[in-house]
Amino acid sequence: MHKTLSTFILSILILSYTPTAFAVEGNRLFVPKDFQAFDTPNDSGKSITLRWPSSPSESDDVEYVVYMSTTIKGPFETEALRIRSNTRYEEGSNYSYHLIDIEPDKLFNKKSSDKDVKTTYFFKLVMMSNLTTRTVKKIASATPEGNWFNWSRSNNFIIMIIFSVLILCCINHAKRVPGLFIRKIKGLDAIDDALGRATEMGKPALFVHGLNDMDSISTIAAINILGRIALRVAEYDTPLKVSNIYPIVLTVSQEVVKEAYLEAGRPDAYVEDNVFLAASEQFPYVVALSGIMTREKPAANFFVGYFYAESLILSETGAATGAIQIAATDAFTQLPFFITTCDYTLMGEELYAASAYLSREPLLLGSLRAQDIAKEIIISVIVFGALLATCGIDWISFIFKPG
Amino acid sequence: MIKKTDVSITTWILIAFGTVNIAFLATGKLGFNGKGLGIITAVAITLAMYSFLYKDNPVFKIAENIFVGVAMGYSIIIVWFNILKPDVFEALIVPMFKDTGNAPQYLVIVPTLLGLFMFLRFSSKLSWLSRWSFAFIVGMGSGIAIPNFINAILLRQLEPMLAPLYTGSFWGTIDTLLVLIGVVSVLFYFFFSMEHKGVIGGVSVIGIWFLMIAFGASFGYTVMARMSLLIGRIQFLLKDWLGIIQ
Repeated sequence: MHKTLSTFILSILILSYTPTAFAVEGNRLFVPKDFQAFDTPNDSGKSITLRWPSSPSESDDVEYVVYMSTTIKGPFETEALRIRSNTRYEEGSNYSYHLIDIEPDKLFNKKSSDKDVKTTYFFKLVMMSNLTTRTVKKIASATPEGNWFNWSRSNNFIIMIIFSVLILCCINHAKRVPGLFIRKIKGLDAIDDALGRATEMGKPALFVHGLNDMDSISTIAAINILGRIALRVAEYDTPLKVSNIYPIVLTVSQEVVKEAYLEAGRPDAYVEDNVFLAASEQFPYVVALSGIMTREKPAANFFVGYFYAESLILSETGAATGAIQIAATDAFTQLPFFITTCDYTLMGEELYAASAYLSREPLLLGSLRAQDIAKEIIISVIVFGALLATCGIDWISFIFKPG
Repeated sequence: MIKKTDVSITTWILIAFGTVNIAFLATGKLGFNGKGLGIITAVAITLAMYSFLYKDNPVFKIAENIFVGVAMGYSIIIVWFNILKPDVFEALIVPMFKDTGNAPQYLVIVPTLLGLFMFLRFSSKLSWLSRWSFAFIVGMGSGIAIPNFINAILLRQLEPMLAPLYTGSFWGTIDTLLVLIGVVSVLFYFFFSMEHKGVIGGVSVIGIWFLMIAFGASFGYTVMARMSLLIGRIQFLLKDWLGIIQ
């Protein structure tokens, strides 16, 4: 029994040391037979790709180190890369190749005046263990160059073209056949009720923009909704306060609200100071708005756009003041907070659909119909793609591979 | 309208806070240096912010205004040191008047002018020029966002969906099937141009269930993260200020 146990323990100990024993056999490392450096394809010209075959000596205790220089003779003093030898394999190579992108300009701290000058970089691959160091004889070189097109994203371009054509066709159809059907969205129907309540109570409505700038799709959607709310507010003669965190969103909001008042035929009722920059940072924005909600007690709060950690604090404060609250966001991490504290919540794409729903313009209705068709296509792709992949046919996943 | 009781409560709290800190400074528990005064300031603002849990009060208002003002000042400094100084002042203006070894980057004039146009909103005659800047920003923002949206949101999410349903194990296959059903049913919920009745209605109800389960999990996860933030603040008060815990 003792003999069996000791043999078992001994064999475990031997096995645990086996990889190192094989990897650094007799203090020797088997270095890769080849080493390549080339300009990274489809990039902006900052990156070089290094590629080399795997070595039988790879293990946790062995490292690959790449040194680089701007001349073939060296000195190779700048360390471009240091990795554990059994990591960073080329995808799909079945662990037989390493493939790594590096940005040499960053490592060399190029002067701003030299940034446009093309430099050829030389690389030396070294394999290191605690016991020994061996260098690959071949010095690889490459010059990073920018590419006009990122061909790996060709599918993005084709998808965009197909969807754009689809949208144009649907808009055209919506113009010819008016009154396209849109299902009921309760949160949007409630906007009129909320504004009516504010009017009856003689209190303002507060529109809170999210924390993304004008380059965010949710902010653009929020601006569209703001336009419709401002139009109703102008008709009802109810004050509308619009808080912003970015100056550009502020200016666009001012323009939109002003135009809405003009459209309603009440330009005199527009007060520029009611569209204001509450603060320039996340939590000061929350504090400022909490103060406004507590002191002015708006009868209706609209939280529209992309929100982060401030969502719960804002909506909880609003709920404590007794305001009717409608939130619309595509920030899925914040949706639970709005759902629990607001009266109505528009989730994700409902935010984008809101402007079409409110305005019923053929242009927007057509886009909405096109989005639905796009979703039908996506569902078909997912279902058939998964079934085909189960049968071992994977060309569909290749077509939709992200770049 | 501030009540008399609120004023007296606030006064007593301020006196107590002042006394505690004077005692800490006098006994050397808090150093009369930058660190000690920094801790006192941080504690004062933390307590002022938490006072909002009771009700709106003058102390909270002071902290609110400090917070908003400091954030604005901080933003201005960030804009100057990260954008205006390196990209406009040092790249364009300094090389125009001084030999720095670098040629002035005249291309910077275009975005600088677009930025300056924004200030023309204050002029009634030239305010129309500010729209050029906004048109540029909105157009460029959409142009950048839409292709990224296709790649990051659509294709990145499609990629794992196009994997084999059978993963080799029973529970793995059930997992994959659940994800597939979840994604498809949630997409059904977001159909707007079809009435949610019959099959579409049934599938979209399943989608709502999936959404609510996901939201519940997200809610719990985030509440835990918020609790850790609260614990961090309480630890600061008890450890760095009062020294009750080590």
